[in-house]
Amino acid sequence: MSDTPRVGVLALQGDVREHDRALRAAGAEPVHVRRLADLERLDGLVLPGGESTTISRLLEVFELLEPLRERVRDGLPVYGSCAGMILLADEVLDGRPDQQGLGGLDVVVRRNAFGRQVDSFETDLAFEGVGDVHAVFIRAPWVESTGEGAQVLARVPEDGSAAAGRVVAVRQGHVLATSFHPELTGDDRVHGLFVQMVKEAQ
Amino acid sequence: MTTTDNAPVNEVGTDRVKRGMAEMLKGGVIMDVVDAEQAKIAEDAGAVAVMALERVPADIRRDGGVARMSDPDMIDGIQAAVSIPVMAKARIGHFVEAQVLQAIGVDYVDESEVLTPADYAHHIDKRQFTVPFVCGATNLGEALRRIAEGAAMIRTKGEAGTGDVSQATTHLRTILGEIKRLTVMDEAELFEAAKLMGAPLELVRETASLGRLPVVMFTAGGVATPADAAMMMQLGTDGVFIGSGIFKSGDPARRARACVEATAYFEDAERIAKVSRGLGEAMVGISADSLGAGELLATRGW
Repeated sequence: MSDTPRVGVLALQGDVREHDRALRAAGAEPVHVRRLADLERLDGLVLPGGESTTISRLLEVFELLEPLRERVRDGLPVYGSCAGMILLADEVLDGRPDQQGLGGLDVVVRRNAFGRQVDSFETDLAFEGVGDVHAVFIRAPWVESTGEGAQVLARVPEDGSAAAGRVVAVRQGHVLATSFHPELTGDDRVHGLFVQMVKEAQ
Repeated sequence: MTTTDNAPVNEVGTDRVKRGMAEMLKGGVIMDVVDAEQAKIAEDAGAVAVMALERVPADIRRDGGVARMSDPDMIDGIQAAVSIPVMAKARIGHFVEAQVLQAIGVDYVDESEVLTPADYAHHIDKRQFTVPFVCGATNLGEALRRIAEGAAMIRTKGEAGTGDVSQATTHLRTILGEIKRLTVMDEAELFEAAKLMGAPLELVRETASLGRLPVVMFTAGGVATPADAAMMMQLGTDGVFIGSGIFKSGDPARRARACVEATAYFEDAERIAKVSRGLGEAMVGISADSLGAGELLATRGW
């Protein structure tokens, strides 16, 4: 086992570069995943922020959907931010009816739950196992409900808004997901948590 | 405002959420659409966003007259039809059109040279808005001036509505070349460069140290084929806008899918070849070279 795990970043569309940077800072080597062959020798995988309908369609077109589902089922550590969370959820509300995901997270996620771009926001929240985190939400989903296996790691703080208390970070074994984008803030502790998960799985 | 009550009220409309929104569009295609049906076709094809407008640039060019912001009813219809982000255009300098677009909840405002300018000296003070803006640029100075005014995303202008990609190529190469030169300049040279290009020194310094613009840069204007889109990506753009190129072609749904796939797999010539087959007729096109100075849209913006 090497000290620097190889972590794939699904590079079909989205904020790939930001995840590369955060992963490097957290002690992993990012590798772009576009083709089946790119899935070889990965210790973990990140699904970036982006447009989930676009990524979902490209996963199908380029025949990555089933192989990725299989890898997630087989225990490959995966982290998804925003669109990535939508792809990992077992059930999606307000998505396209034909939208295909990878699954792996026993949660129901609501797409664009906070509203349109004018509602996108930043806030501070408590992230279990990480500490206080400044979180950036962009047309973000939230976790509507969690199944038995999913552990809640963060919620929207009690700020008096209708979104207060909504679940925005979850973990289920080797699968981690956040509604927000730690890759945009320069604080690499959430990626640090994921790299730790990757190392523990090796 | 049609904004929901769900979002915490503090810290909306920050630079980070505005610029971050554009980061999420990277590697994608944004398509011009004029109605809900086209918007659905774009979404089905995998567009990362749609630009809602009454007439695509090719028709604006053909019809002439004053081109303005679209009817809010028409934009509402498109917002209701798709779940991907919806952008809309305001005239250069027309801050009230931008206020209206923000009020109806569009996800991004394009302060666009494709519409007839409302102000021949000033652009919109975009920092006053919660909604983010994308602006066109033909060179680095213009791009940095727009960013200084609050633009959270830049697109190279190209020559919209022509189907001729040469101007997009020129503007993209110009901006990327100017950035490359900044990266090897010392402080005294950066000061001179900022003065010559009419851009704030701070942004010039930031661009030099990043080796790229501080915001996402897409390409627009004349992109009409999957190969055009992939060429822009190989040159170094973050993504592409396709205006008239999709819905002025023979088989829009197929061409839209092909452009999305070519943008995602821009380095894979075999895949680009595959998606380029049997697309039907491309938009007819006008050579940008044949346009008179008065017909050029890219020269609008100051």
